[in-house]
Amino acid sequence: MAKRIDIKDVNIYYGKFHAVDSVTLSVPPRSVTAFIGPSGCGKSTVLRSLNRMHEVTPGARVEGQVLLDGEDIYAANVDPVEVRRTIGMVFQRPNPFPTMSIRDNVVAGLRLAGVKNRKRLDEVCERSLRGANLWEEVKDRLDKPGGGLSGGQQQRLCIARAIAVQPDVLLMDEPCSALDPISTLAIEDLITELKQDYTIVIVTHNMQQAARVSDQTAFFNLAGVGQPGRLVEVDDTEKIFSNPSQKATEDYISGRFG
Amino acid sequence: MTTATTDLHRPATGPAFQGIGAGRKIKNAVATTLVALAFLVAVVPLVWVLWSVVQKGLQPILSADWWTHSLYGLRPYDDRGGAYHAIYGTVVQALSTALLSVPVGVMVGVYLVEYGAGTRLARFTTFMVDILTGVPSIVSGLFVYALWISILGFGRSGFAVSLSLLLLMIPVVIRTTEEMLRIVPNELREASYALGVPKWKTIVKIVLPTAMSGIVTGVMLGLARVMGETAPALIVGAYASSINLNVFDGNQANLPLLMNDQFANPETAGFNRTWGAAMSLVLIIMLFNLLATVISRLSAIKK
Repeated sequence: MAKRIDIKDVNIYYGKFHAVDSVTLSVPPRSVTAFIGPSGCGKSTVLRSLNRMHEVTPGARVEGQVLLDGEDIYAANVDPVEVRRTIGMVFQRPNPFPTMSIRDNVVAGLRLAGVKNRKRLDEVCERSLRGANLWEEVKDRLDKPGGGLSGGQQQRLCIARAIAVQPDVLLMDEPCSALDPISTLAIEDLITELKQDYTIVIVTHNMQQAARVSDQTAFFNLAGVGQPGRLVEVDDTEKIFSNPSQKATEDYISGRFG
Repeated sequence: MTTATTDLHRPATGPAFQGIGAGRKIKNAVATTLVALAFLVAVVPLVWVLWSVVQKGLQPILSADWWTHSLYGLRPYDDRGGAYHAIYGTVVQALSTALLSVPVGVMVGVYLVEYGAGTRLARFTTFMVDILTGVPSIVSGLFVYALWISILGFGRSGFAVSLSLLLLMIPVVIRTTEEMLRIVPNELREASYALGVPKWKTIVKIVLPTAMSGIVTGVMLGLARVMGETAPALIVGAYASSINLNVFDGNQANLPLLMNDQFANPETAGFNRTWGAAMSLVLIIMLFNLLATVISRLSAIKK
């Protein structure tokens, strides 16, 4: 569990459009790395390239290497389905499966992978919901639909669903942007707990959030309209927010632009 | 120019709000009346039709013979017999139409939305489906007659009727599936992929169940529509007054054919049989719709 990620000279394209230019960065295991930057700078695109989710969009492709503990997930013989099983993802908007109960949502990954053992599914369900700090709130209504929960609970349900398949890495694409401050706090606390077991990469527009939860921060920016996004700098979060080495980073985090 | 400037500098006088003017009141009254009238124009004939069917058709179908006997060997004025042969034909022909059209239509819809989106083949298919939707039922009957009966040499049968209904039904199923799949949010597909679920399984286990209730409703509406089709049945089916249990061979009655046949019968018995058949058809379609509601309730998105 908890593997390291090395992104090596990754270029990302949507058809002919060069979306992200040559990103190289490393994510140590059992840590939280935050991607920050203005809208359209490619941070979500980079995140989605880490579990080969990017290529789901027609015409999208990735050049370069993404190494998971040294193994290139873009190697020719690698099955993207396997990659996604190893690297889980939580999305911007909570997206529980609307036809399924809370329990079925949590164990959906295992169920769809063919696990039928009821006892094992129940165990995983409880463990994952506890892991997502949701168990106490929903334990009495596991058979109720997931869509009936509040936004914050739905997002924790999605986190429970993601960790139920025991991935090595957890990617989070602005997981709190649709949530109120209290639910956001709950998710942030959860992220801090989850990093004991998982490698976490989180995209956020909220710089305080990046400062609160992450160990390492990467700042992405656009050189200009129509230009590809690029990685400006990556460093310890403390350093980025106190003494960044690039002027652009300082301007962004101090609110002078973006 | 100068006056305009002074106007702007003059303090506003008079009340800020004025009552609703007479003009607006009149317009409102006229529009409300028109909308109400349009509603009546639409609903009155509908209720009238239903009332006529019930009034004239209820009595004949109340006898047990109606559901258990055919019209075999009965003379036009014999006030006996039933529509068992035609009811059986309608249900069996509708079921075989559904059995063939639903898998084909749903799969085409899945292809168009999940796999082919934007490709030339998909655009061509959508275009053809649009054209097929507009094909008159008698044309599909003629086509099946030419292909199935004249060229391939099969005889007239209930199945031939099903084939021509199939041509009318498939575009409906494709369209419904396509539209229902398109409104399944992409986030659900991505959520499933992110769990390491392959694409085909995502479609079968996540996307289709989410769209299920809409697809079922569309299929049932389409089925109700083709069950009442008479033109293809006249061409490729042909009426029989006796029961024919074999859908693949020989003349097989259905309710529209029975109505068409008995409409030409001037006796009271003919009148009763025609309206009884109409009533039975409405009942069967209602039953199918009820079934559809139950199925879509079972598979509905839970809130």
